[in-house]
Amino acid sequence: MDATAHTHDLGHEHPPKGIMRWLTTTNHKDIGTLYLWFSLIMFLSAGSMALMIRAELFEPGLQFFQPDFFNQLTTLHGLLMIFGAIMPAFVGFANWLVPMMIGAPDMAFARMNNWSFWLLPPAALLLLGSFFVPGGAAAAGWTLYPPLSIQMGMGMDMTIFAIHLMGISSIMGSINIITTILNLRAPGMSLMKMPMFVWTWLITAYLLIAVMPVLAGAVTMLLTDRHFGTHFFNPAGGGDPLMYEHIFWFFGHPEVYIMILPAFGIVSQIIPTFARKPLFGYASMVYATASIAILSFTVWAHHMFTVGMPAAGQLFFMYATMLIAVPTGVKVFNWVATMWRGSMTFETPMLFAIAFVCLFTIGGFSGLVLALVPVDIQLHNTYYVVAHFHYVLFSGAAMSIMAGVYFWLPKWTGHMYDERLGKLHFWTTTIAFNITFFPMHFLGLAGMPRRIPDYALQFTTFNQVASVGAFLLGMSQLIFLVVVLKCIRGGKKAPSKPWEGADSLEWTLPSPAPYHSFQTPPVVK
Amino acid sequence: MLDKLVARTGGGVALMLASLSARADLQYNLQPPATNVASQIYNLHLMVLWVCLGIFVVVFGAMFYSILRHRKSLGHKAANFHENTLVEITWTVIPFIILMAMAYPASKTVLDMKNTSDADMTIKVTGYQWKWGYHYLGQGVNFFSNLSTPRSEIENLQTKDKHYLLEVDHPMVVPTGEKIKLLITSNDVIHGWYLPAFGIQQDAIPGFVKSVWFKVDEPGTYRGQCAQLCGKDHGFMPIVVKAVSPQDFTKWIQAQKAAVVTYNPNKTYTEAELVQHGAQVYAANCAACHQANGKGIPGAFPALDGDPIVNGPKAVHIETVLNGKGGRMPAWKDQLNDFDIASVITYERNSWGNHTGEAIQPAEVKALRK
Ligand SMILES: [Cu+2]
Repeated sequence: MDATAHTHDLGHEHPPKGIMRWLTTTNHKDIGTLYLWFSLIMFLSAGSMALMIRAELFEPGLQFFQPDFFNQLTTLHGLLMIFGAIMPAFVGFANWLVPMMIGAPDMAFARMNNWSFWLLPPAALLLLGSFFVPGGAAAAGWTLYPPLSIQMGMGMDMTIFAIHLMGISSIMGSINIITTILNLRAPGMSLMKMPMFVWTWLITAYLLIAVMPVLAGAVTMLLTDRHFGTHFFNPAGGGDPLMYEHIFWFFGHPEVYIMILPAFGIVSQIIPTFARKPLFGYASMVYATASIAILSFTVWAHHMFTVGMPAAGQLFFMYATMLIAVPTGVKVFNWVATMWRGSMTFETPMLFAIAFVCLFTIGGFSGLVLALVPVDIQLHNTYYVVAHFHYVLFSGAAMSIMAGVYFWLPKWTGHMYDERLGKLHFWTTTIAFNITFFPMHFLGLAGMPRRIPDYALQFTTFNQVASVGAFLLGMSQLIFLVVVLKCIRGGKKAPSKPWEGADSLEWTLPSPAPYHSFQTPPVVK
Repeated sequence: MLDKLVARTGGGVALMLASLSARADLQYNLQPPATNVASQIYNLHLMVLWVCLGIFVVVFGAMFYSILRHRKSLGHKAANFHENTLVEITWTVIPFIILMAMAYPASKTVLDMKNTSDADMTIKVTGYQWKWGYHYLGQGVNFFSNLSTPRSEIENLQTKDKHYLLEVDHPMVVPTGEKIKLLITSNDVIHGWYLPAFGIQQDAIPGFVKSVWFKVDEPGTYRGQCAQLCGKDHGFMPIVVKAVSPQDFTKWIQAQKAAVVTYNPNKTYTEAELVQHGAQVYAANCAACHQANGKGIPGAFPALDGDPIVNGPKAVHIETVLNGKGGRMPAWKDQLNDFDIASVITYERNSWGNHTGEAIQPAEVKALRK
């Protein structure tokens, strides 16, 4: 990628060489690259924790880890995947693509952009380092419910501080993205002409600004309960542990959409490209995204149907949750209608996008099943929920990220990736993913609770299937790593528009994209 | 080489599927319901599942048809339509109607589940790290329910029993055909009282008492587990409910009342008597953290073998057990009586490498209660 810096002599601002380039960079592409590498490293480390979990669960009985360490693994797997892998990956995409897609030279606040990235590595070090302090890492689940989280050792304090850092990073990133989109669009690029990916990120950034402070508040109250004698949540002093759950999920539910709206955006770029046909229902797509975002603030207590709310509360949150199925359905129908009577080809990005639509819909359906209060009470805290959110977050968020990486790698590196390896990665990932997570639906239905290191004998077979699948899934990601490294180091030269049906502005720039995107704004008709 | 890899993985998957079909114990649906509410949930889930499957087949049938036919490689030319108001309104309205049709039966079941009035009997359920306490209100019966699977099975030193991890020393016993109300709370962190066959999952939250109900008709043993992550032994606090005929229930409750260990608060017990009772109290309450061998778990739970409190002044030891310590060691004053505490302290002070030779009397514990 170094070639980017030299082939285009723009007459000013040559980036420094070596490590200083990356530490001091204010360039949206460099920062995007940093985010994406950070995300990949976190994805692989949190993924290896998942493999440790699946190894322990291969058979009943305790084989490898003691229960307390097992709980640390599940907690950190969740936190690192959410805050370390998925969210930074999407911010990486936003950094690389938003300025190019709207015809801007760079992000609006270049120095703040540098800051919002460099807060993340210390946060990751705090989380990973907490395994090595006395008492180990936080073991209260990624939800950190008190009073359990009040009992934890200093690993919990490190987690709280890491969440603070990542929250500040997200908020700064969001302010930057919103300002860039609202102020730096090229002449003629009205809001309703923006690519879908830019729209989804605009809405996501507002969600982040609304809810990250809520999470910061919740964990700060935990911190003062732990160390400064307050009793916000500690019932021993008259505090209310249920209040924490409400505050946490007021953040937590919009957070789910923070992790899926940019995925919708990526897929909405890819499907029209390979169907060689414009996105069906662009306007309804924008409205559906906005209504999902607004509704996401009114459904938080569906994560708490088992706390014993009054019937009126349960019914309200059930109806609001079911309502979200309507705009989500609109999106799926729009994607299918985009493919309908197109002229489709099936390169790796398109394969991932199609798998996204199918598998995300399965996650949506299990979400609908869980929205029904009586059924949720039967399935809450079981493996059914684990299956549900992995269909949404792995085959949803993570596979959209993979689709996007294959789609834009030629633009980023100037080389075509290895299509054969890409397809191999796609098929192994999709098959292994389903072997891993589909049986978890059955485990949940049969009543196996989540977050347990050991289980009753009737759950054995499906756990073994899931563990075998998990190792295949983990190994498949090494293929991904190989494809990316190979593509950076060389390969067939990529033209400025490697995909026949692509039409957004980034494809008018040469590949690799020049260090500064649009020095003079393009005019959009 | 890649093709070989694919072939091998494929072979492995096929082998696994073959071994799958050979096992008979696979369960693909909810547990057989044992209460009316649970069968409502069972049917509701099946109904929604079929509706979702139907939609899935229609939508993705269309998508895969398109994938097969509308390909560039078949020379298909792309159409250029990109909106259609009528179609878009239709696929917004139809899902809405389907959702309303699902919400109606679900709401009826919610109201049914919430109706805890006119119960024949009430049992208070308390979650502890890591066991359940059952208190039959108004009947004076009160006991703890601990996991009874031996440690050796968990550590794979011995073949696992059929009810591995789903067996307890004292199950909750209830009469069939009567409406039982449970008042659920917790003593420390949040637990979840989850019994799938009854369609009940209720978080046990410290500081709150929440109620649920069930009426079970078939006598039998029903098993569940703690559902809410509650710390180290979250996976080791099962729930077992035995439903028996009302006659058998009356006999059982009489036997429970007769078996309550009585003690004489003023008697001076011998060390042997105290150690004998104390060993049982220790196994049921203390061994989960401090371990049966008194060595604790380094970094998490202190060893009692050689511990300065256990070998120091007895008043400090008694107060630690009564009132807890540092947030992690719970207070036992409400869970154990004077005789239990005197016994377990005597046991700790005279076990492993500890040889104080002291016999703590119930009266000494009583004197230190605040
Ligand atoms: Cu528990």
